[in-house]
This record gives sequence, structure tokens and C-alpha cells, in this order.
Amino acid sequence: MSAALLELKGIEKVFGGLRAIGGVSFSVAEKQIFGLIGPNGAGKTTLFNVVTGVYTPEGGSIRFAGEEIAGWKPFRIARAGIGRTFQNIRIAGDMSVLENVLVASFQRRQAGLFGAIFRSARYESEERAMVKRAEELLELFGLLPQKNEDAGSLPYGAQRRLEIARALMLEPKLILLDEPAAGLNSSEADKLKEQIRWLRDKLGLTIVLVEHNMQVVMNVCDHVHCVDHGETIADGTPEHVRNDPEVLRAYLGADVSTEEMNEVVAVVSAHDAARGGKS
Amino acid sequence: MVCGLAVIYGVGWLVEATVSDYVGRIILQCGINVILAVGLNLINGTTGQFSIGHAGFMAVGAYSCAVTVIGIEDTFGAQLAVLPLPVAQGLVLTVGLLVAATFAGFAGVLVGAPSLRLRGDYLAIVTLGFGEIIRLLFNNADRLGGATGYSGGRPLGLPIYSNFFWVFSWAAIVIVVITSLTRSSYGRALTQIREDEISAESVGIPTTRLKVIAFVVSSMAAGIAGGLYGHMNGSVRPDDFKFDRSIDVIVMIIVGGLGSISGSVLGAIAITVLLEVLREAQQFRLIVYPLLLIATMLLRPEGLLGRRELSLSWLRTRLRGGAK
Repeated sequence: MSAALLELKGIEKVFGGLRAIGGVSFSVAEKQIFGLIGPNGAGKTTLFNVVTGVYTPEGGSIRFAGEEIAGWKPFRIARAGIGRTFQNIRIAGDMSVLENVLVASFQRRQAGLFGAIFRSARYESEERAMVKRAEELLELFGLLPQKNEDAGSLPYGAQRRLEIARALMLEPKLILLDEPAAGLNSSEADKLKEQIRWLRDKLGLTIVLVEHNMQVVMNVCDHVHCVDHGETIADGTPEHVRNDPEVLRAYLGADVSTEEMNEVVAVVSAHDAARGGKS
Repeated sequence: MVCGLAVIYGVGWLVEATVSDYVGRIILQCGINVILAVGLNLINGTTGQFSIGHAGFMAVGAYSCAVTVIGIEDTFGAQLAVLPLPVAQGLVLTVGLLVAATFAGFAGVLVGAPSLRLRGDYLAIVTLGFGEIIRLLFNNADRLGGATGYSGGRPLGLPIYSNFFWVFSWAAIVIVVITSLTRSSYGRALTQIREDEISAESVGIPTTRLKVIAFVVSSMAAGIAGGLYGHMNGSVRPDDFKFDRSIDVIVMIIVGGLGSISGSVLGAIAITVLLEVLREAQQFRLIVYPLLLIATMLLRPEGLLGRRELSLSWLRTRLRGGAK
């Protein structure tokens, strides 16, 4: 196993009297596809928000590529190389598809405010390079033909892909995907699995995903971490975690056999896909 | 650019030669309101942060410009007399307006830096307070004339330097700079902030810094408008910068279409003219004006232009569509 790219130790996050995360630790190796699972309200998205700086943790440490990033502003964490997507898609519906991707190039530009206002040669050449890069990414995600359309007018699945393309424009080392399969039908979900592997194999990215679609998780992840009530209940390979009695109890609330679990998993993921996987 | 200024100069000469003083003054007011509206639109429309104290920055600009102009003339009067009169006047006014923009921009940093750190409506509350505080400060600043206003100790009031050429040249500069900013990578980042601040941060945009930049640019425009206003009016009084004026500018950009620069220009002209036309209606003005606004909100809630920009290609497709 190669060096850990992201390492969480004893993360605590409290909202008022509610302890949302109580001492979660895990580490994500470079080029790993890491699945974060758990029942609704377990604290998965909160963990994402803690890692990306939207929330500041009350305790614990987050090391990313050798640096302690807990308490950093979100934009600084993004610049350090953590891209993300959101559970409820957050693209700018009023902006064009191309602009949505270009927005993520802001931090890499050298030409300052005056360069931008007076269109300095440097600004123009940077802009050309960024547009080229953005179009390449749109091409990869099959969105190039729609580049001038309003992002809000794209179908749901395309908006999800656009969000990933935008995150990639940051040139991150690590990408956090919050329920990428939510609302996708089963053929789209299969395509997503391919895309996730492709991100790792071709772009060399490390990926952490929160997902309720167990078929996707068990298929694509190298390593799975399960939380419940803000605490770790299992950590290991997909096979190990899916058979862990604690995990079964968290999801099903009772002792069940592996066969029953498999059956339930299949039903649940089909149900998830059918109703849009909202949590 | 030289070409543009020459055109403005030519049109200005023509306008000043043909229209009455009253109409000429309304035209100048239109120009000043265009500067205010286009400036405010950058922060309220493009960036989506609600500022309701634009008159405060206008006041800062008006007073600092007037004080600078009077100061320069009192100190360097003899040297300036060497220059031809329009050149000397233009030079003094330009320096005054640059000082006005600087002071207003500085006030923008003071107000914006703490309040734009937070999400939500804090900017509205702080700018509302700022507008009133500034007005009351000037009201009580005896050296600046207190409630009767500042006229540089001159019996005839401040020199009237804001003519068609200067007002519309500055309006053009403000429009060009803000349009260019809006269409650059900065403008995209500001729009992303309006649409979703959390996702803006998630793609590496320093939201606080950018909001402050937009706010400062907007304040500087208000400062320039204030400076021009003082030297059009011949005096600056605290009562010129009451809360109503901030509201008027907000109405202009909402009627024009929040986020659209050409909409702000149209809105500014429409509201300025409307307020003058309604002067005829005397006390009914305060009934007719809101009724018209309510009608606009009901019939065209997105404003005259929505978020679109007026452009030749848009007009062309529109006309072609109409011909079919």
C-alpha cells in the first residue's frame, strides 16, 4: 500500500448539542478508490464538509499530502488539490456549460485584476489555454456539443457529469464524490463505475465516494469505511465490510445471514436507483 | 478611446447648444445615475450581495471631490490661470474625481471587509447603517458646512464643472471598465458566488476577497458619481444623500434587470426621466411611482432586460424573428 494521501485522525464535529462526528479516523492511500458508507444521517456528508473546510472540526487532525489542513478556508483546501461534487448538484444554472467549468480555473491564473480588466496579453493567453483545457474536459464527459447552453437546462445525469468536469478543472489530486450515482438509472450507474475507474487509471486521481448504491460501492471501491451515528463501525475491503455484523445491524437493525443481506442489498440498491437515491 | 471621447465631446456641444437648461440638467442627472446604477449592479446584480447604502459612498465622493477641487484652486489658482479655462477646469475636476474614487473605495474596504466575510444579509444591514452614519457625520461636520452643506466658502457655491462631456466620459469609462470586469474570469467568479457560494469556494475561488473587490469597485463608481453630482449642483448637502437615493438606485437596477449592465443603463435613464415627468403630478407622484413599480414587478418581474445584455447580434436575431 502506497503512502496515505488523506489521513483523518479522531475527527469530532458538534452542532449545538448534537455530536455529528465522534472520533472518526481513516486514511486514504494514493490512487485508491475509497468508499464511505453508512445509513442515512450517519455523518458521511458532514465528513466531506469537514475535509473540504465547509465545517471546521472541533477536534482531530486532517492531513492531506503531508500538510495539516484542518481549519483552512474551503478555497485554500480546493487549491491544495481536493476537488468535490455535491449530493444535491450545485452548478450555476444561469451560466453556460463551458463557463461552469472555466470558473474552476480562477485560482490558476497569474494575470491579476488589472490584467483581467484591461485584457493584458498574459490574461488573453491564459484565457485561451483555460478554454482549451475546459473544452477537453467537456469532450471527455460528452458535453462539448452543449457547451454554450445554460447548465440548468441540461438533463440530470449530464449535470452530474458537468460537476465532475468542473472539479477536474481544478487539477486536484483527490476528488470527493458525494452520491455520484444518486438519481442515475442502472445503465447510467454502470457507466459511472467505468468513469470512476477511468479517473483513477487514466488521470491518476485518488477518489473518495459517499454512496448508497451498494452495487456501485462493492464493485468499484478498493476499500470501504462504514460509519454510523458519527462513529466508525467497520473498515476494510468491500467483502469484509459487507459481511461485518455491525454493518448489517446498522443498516438492518437485526442479525441477518449473509444470503439475506445480499438479497437486501440487491433490493435496496434497485430501490435506490428507482427513486433517485435521495437520502 | 480618443474617438469615443471626441464623439461625446461633439454630441455634448450639440446638446448644450440646443436643449434648455432644465432638459440639460436632466440629461446630466441621467448620466450620473447611470454611473450609480452600473456600479451598484456589479455588487447587487452580478455578485448577488445586497447593498442598500450606495448614497453613503456617493456622499463620501461628493465631499472629498468638492474639498479637493476647492483646495487645488485656492492653492494653485495662479498656476492654473495660465491654462485655457476648460482645460484647467477639466484638470481640477479630474483630480477631484480620482480623489473621490479613492476615498469612496477606501470606505468600501472599511464597510465591506468585515461584513462580506459573512454570508447572508449582513451587508444590507451594515450598508444601511453606514449610509445613515455618513450622512449624520457630514450633518455635524461644521467645517464642511454642517446641515447647510459645503460650498467651499464661495458665495456662488461650488464651481459648476460637470458638463455633458465630463459626465458622459466618466459614464463611458465606468461602463467599459465594469463590462470588461464582468466578462472576465473575475466576472465569472462573481457570478458563481451569486449562484452558489459554497460551490464557488469548492473550486478554489476566494469568495470574501472577490466580494470585497466587487464592492470596492462599486463604491468607487458611486464616489465618482457623487463628485460629478456636487459640481453639477453647485453644492453638496447631507440631505442630497438620504436613504431614498440609495433606494432609487436599487429601483433602477431592478427595473432594468438585475445583473444586466445595459439593463442598468436603461433603468437609470427610465427612472430619472420618470421621476421628472411625475413632478407634474405633484403630490400624486408618491402614489403613481410605487404603482408603476408594482406594475413592473407584476408584469416583468425579471426587469426590462432580465439578465440579458442588449447587443447588436441579439437585436438582429430578435428583428429577424419578428419578420418571420
